[in-house]
This record gives sequence, C-alpha cells and structure tokens, in this order.
Amino acid sequence: MPSITRAEAAHLARLSRLALTDDELDQLAGQLDVIINAVARVSEVADADVPPTSHSVPLTNVFRPDEVRPCLTPDEALAGAPAAEEQRFRVPRILDEE
Amino acid sequence: MADLTQASARELARLIATGEVSAVEVTQAHLDRISAVDAKVHAFLHVDADGALGAARAVDEKRSRGADLGPLAGVPLALKDVLTQKDVPTTCGSRILEGWRPPYDSTVVRKLREADVVILGKTNMDEFAMGSSTENSAFGVTRNPWDLERIPGGSSGGSSAAVSSFQAPLAIGTDTGGSIRQPAAVTGIVGVKPTYGGVSRYGLVAFSSSLDQAGPFARNILDAALLHATIAGHDPLDSTSIDAPVPDVVTAARAGDVTGVRVGVVRELNGEGYDAGVRQRFSEAVALLTSLGAEVGEVSCPHFDYAMPAYYLIAPSEASSNLARFDAMRYGLRVGDDGTRSAEEVMAMTRAAGFGPEVKRRIMIGTYALSSGYYDAYYGSAQKVRTLISQDFAAAFEKFDVLVSPSTPTTAFRIGERTDDPLKMYLADLDTIPSNLAGNASMSLPVGLSPDDGLPVGLQIMAPALADDRLYRVAAVLEAALALQWGHALIEEAPAL
Repeated sequence: MPSITRAEAAHLARLSRLALTDDELDQLAGQLDVIINAVARVSEVADADVPPTSHSVPLTNVFRPDEVRPCLTPDEALAGAPAAEEQRFRVPRILDEE
Repeated sequence: MADLTQASARELARLIATGEVSAVEVTQAHLDRISAVDAKVHAFLHVDADGALGAARAVDEKRSRGADLGPLAGVPLALKDVLTQKDVPTTCGSRILEGWRPPYDSTVVRKLREADVVILGKTNMDEFAMGSSTENSAFGVTRNPWDLERIPGGSSGGSSAAVSSFQAPLAIGTDTGGSIRQPAAVTGIVGVKPTYGGVSRYGLVAFSSSLDQAGPFARNILDAALLHATIAGHDPLDSTSIDAPVPDVVTAARAGDVTGVRVGVVRELNGEGYDAGVRQRFSEAVALLTSLGAEVGEVSCPHFDYAMPAYYLIAPSEASSNLARFDAMRYGLRVGDDGTRSAEEVMAMTRAAGFGPEVKRRIMIGTYALSSGYYDAYYGSAQKVRTLISQDFAAAFEKFDVLVSPSTPTTAFRIGERTDDPLKMYLADLDTIPSNLAGNASMSLPVGLSPDDGLPVGLQIMAPALADDRLYRVAAVLEAALALQWGHALIEEAPAL
C-alpha cells in the first residue's frame, strides 16, 4: 500500500491549487510516494526530547519605527497586473454566483 | 590588455581606476564575448546591453570627475534571475513570471549599483531555484563550458556557466541546499554561501526562506571576497538579516594562512557513492593543507546522513507556502479568466500552466508534509533533525576551526542523465545541505580535474556562522599552493568555446 495513493495526490493537487491533468497525477502519485518514503527516515532520530529548529538564527520579533517612507505609486504597483481597473487589481469572481 | 574577458575582477577594477581602459571598453568586451559564445552555453536569459553600457559610462564619468571609485567599480557581473532588478525581466526560470518587470531593486542589486558594479544581465536557473542541473528552467538548459553535453550544476547554473566561460568575471547566485557551491564545483570556479542572514534576502524571490542565501561566484578567491564584501551587511528590509559587522573576508583572502589551523575532515561526507576521481583530488588537497601547516584530523557528524531527507521536507514545506503568492491576481501569468471561472479556478489553471514538473512535485510534497496528521512525522521530525545537525556542527567546531569535504559526490553529469529520477538528482546536494540547515558559512573552490573524466572537482570548506573570513583564509592558501603546482589557475585549462 503506497503512502500516497492517486486519490491522495488528487486531493493534494486541490489543496495546492494545481489543476493537474490525469497523466500528471498518475506520474506524480508514484514519484511522491517514492520521495516521501525516502525522506520518512527523519523520524528514526527525531526523539521526543529533541527540540525543533525552524530557523538557524535565533530571532524572535524584529521591530522598526513606524515611520512614513516612500513606496510604490499605484501605477508602479499595478504595472505587472494581469488586469487592472480604477487603480485596483481586477480579479475573477471570488464568490459563487447567486 | 589583450583580452579583457580573461582578467580578474580586481585587475579590471585596477585598469579602470588607472584609466588604462574604460569601463565601457570592459563592458563591451564582455558583451562581445556573450554574443560570441552564449548561443552554445546559454548562461543568460536576458542581456541588458543598454543598461550595462549606461552603468559603465557613469563609472567613466565618475572617474573623469576625479571621484573615488570602489574596489569593483566598472566590473561586469552576471545576476541570477531570482533577484529583482528594477524594470529588468525577472523570471526565476519560470513561465509564471515570464515578462514580469519588477518595480523595485533587491538589496543585493542596490548594493551592486552603489558599488558601481555593471550588471550585464540575468542568468538561467532551475525554476524557482529547485534543482541541481539547471535542466528545470522553463527556458532551456544551460551547458557546462568544460563539456557542452554536461550540466553546469544548479540551481545557479547560468551564473556558474557565465563565469567559467569568461562571459563575466563575477556572478551572483543563491544557495538554498547547495545552489552556489555545487555549480561552482562542477564548473571549476569559486562559489560561496555566506552565513545565513549575512546577505539581505530583500528582493530575492523566496524558495525556502529559512535556507535561502545569496552569494558570490568568481574565478579566484580574492574576487569572491571583494564581491562578498560588496553585497553583505545588515538590512532593515530583511528581518532575518544579521545585525553584526561583516566578517573581514577581503583581508582574509589577501592574508591566507593555515599555520596551526585545525581542519576537520567530515567522515560522513565521503565514501560510498563518491567518484574515485573526486575522492582522489579531495585527498590530495587535504594532504596539501597538512603540508602547508594545517592540523588535519577526522571528525564524525553522525546526523549528516539525515540532512538530505530533512532538507527535502523543510525546503518543499516552505516552498509550498512561499509559492502560494503566485496566484494570478497581482502580477505574472493569468490563464483561463474568461469571465465564467472563479478566482480559485483561474488560480489552479494558471499554476498548472505556469509551473514546471519539479516545482509541482515540491509544492505537493510540502503540502503533504504540512498536512494535519502528517505534520509531526514529517515536518516536525525534519525540524528536529535540523537541531541535531546544528549540534553536530557545534561539537565539530569545538575541535576544528573549519571542516572540509568534497563539494559534491560526482563531477558534472550528462544532460538528461538524472531528469527521470528525482531522488538521484537530489544526491548532488548531499555535501552542501548541512550548512544550509545549520546556517553556517561555506565555500567551494576548485582543487583539480578528476583523472576519471578530466572534469573539475570542488573542495568544500565550512566555517561557523559569522566566521566567513575563515573560509577565505584557508582557501587563499590552498589556491596559491595549487596554482604553484599546476603553473597556472585551473580555469585556464577550460576548453575554448
């Protein structure tokens, strides 16, 4: 029984916002299973008393003064937009049609 | 000066500062070289001839005014296409960013401009820096100047190929799991991953934020140090940037000395799976260090065997989150927006069309590793391995000033050889990954050609965080001793293109 079935790969693709083809899913399911099985051995040494490291530099919060600074103009910020309207990003509908 | 493209960065800066040649002449010579050879190598995705010549003219004007010039003023450089440069295309090797022109400079680019370095153009790379061969670029492969049928390493393969084929004396790369050091090793040049946080990540398109680090490529140690010093330093725009003085890498590169330096050979980063020729050149270089006065011993870092599996959980996990920003809404590609589809459908269609296979694989691995129910077993365990690897380094650095290993287990492999086997591809970063996980400084320098295939072999030097100068101090001595042995620099043996 593979760790990652084709159905699970399809679910991961949905979570990842990737509209994959059937062929891609067939191929990826097998590859992901091989990769996940190969990397799973991290659990061999990950004992409960070992603290996790998320970051090599021990930083917590980094603050800066809340000052007004120059920033992009609306035109600059929108220059790369796939679609823009009235100084805003124009996006496809985000709510279901009623 | 016969051929300006053969000169070192330091020599070019000197010629420009003394007025023996103009910065425009130097830039033009490199643009001509690009025109002559890059059809074969394909190091560049975009050549900014006008911008480069404009920057060069500004240097010449500055000089004619009698203004002070910095140590790299007028020197041309190739920039990995993962760093933003205002109004110049930045693709990260991906269709999803094709045609995008960033509205701002990365901090690295700002510092290069302030130092009057001339940026020639943007170099090819594995898509979003995911790969070890540059074959994952959406815009075609880059070829290794030593053998055009072989890979130039990756993900910064365009940068390594540009420097090793004399299209630029300097280049910037980024290194998340070895993407500067491995390409440097397989193309016979110097590549450095500075201490994590040493160089600002502002404007470096994020792959794995806790690992990504920009650094220099050069054909010699001192040039690498000059570039390192130019781009390093604290930056308030990157909250992970270290607020500490930059280690004096230039002085270290000028005053190389290994007398009494304790050099630890990492037992786990050698042996089975390594080319015989790589092992031979590595052993010879270690013996040379001993003869030069270093105190060499062996050291065990037992958890390094778990570095690769930990990396291939941590990096994809961070990537799956970072790459969520490519959502077809604010910039980049948008596919399927025909007025009937929802934002979510357009997003999924755009990402499927815009990302290549390796990026899709890694986003899905990361999504899996971060899923509830799997998080502890995968991402959580990988973070614990990260602690164990940092502890191994800390213990080793109590006994040794620097650690060494081969930079990569094999010389440059053939184009296409590993593309169908992701796990085999991942092995290219076996030696380099531990330094990314621990955040310490690390370098690859050329130590000869493998007797097996005549291709370059790199030696990796690792130093503690914020001790980047030690890399240069040791490497400068080794470089000088090897050049004395060979009678020239290794790169001079690269075939004509």
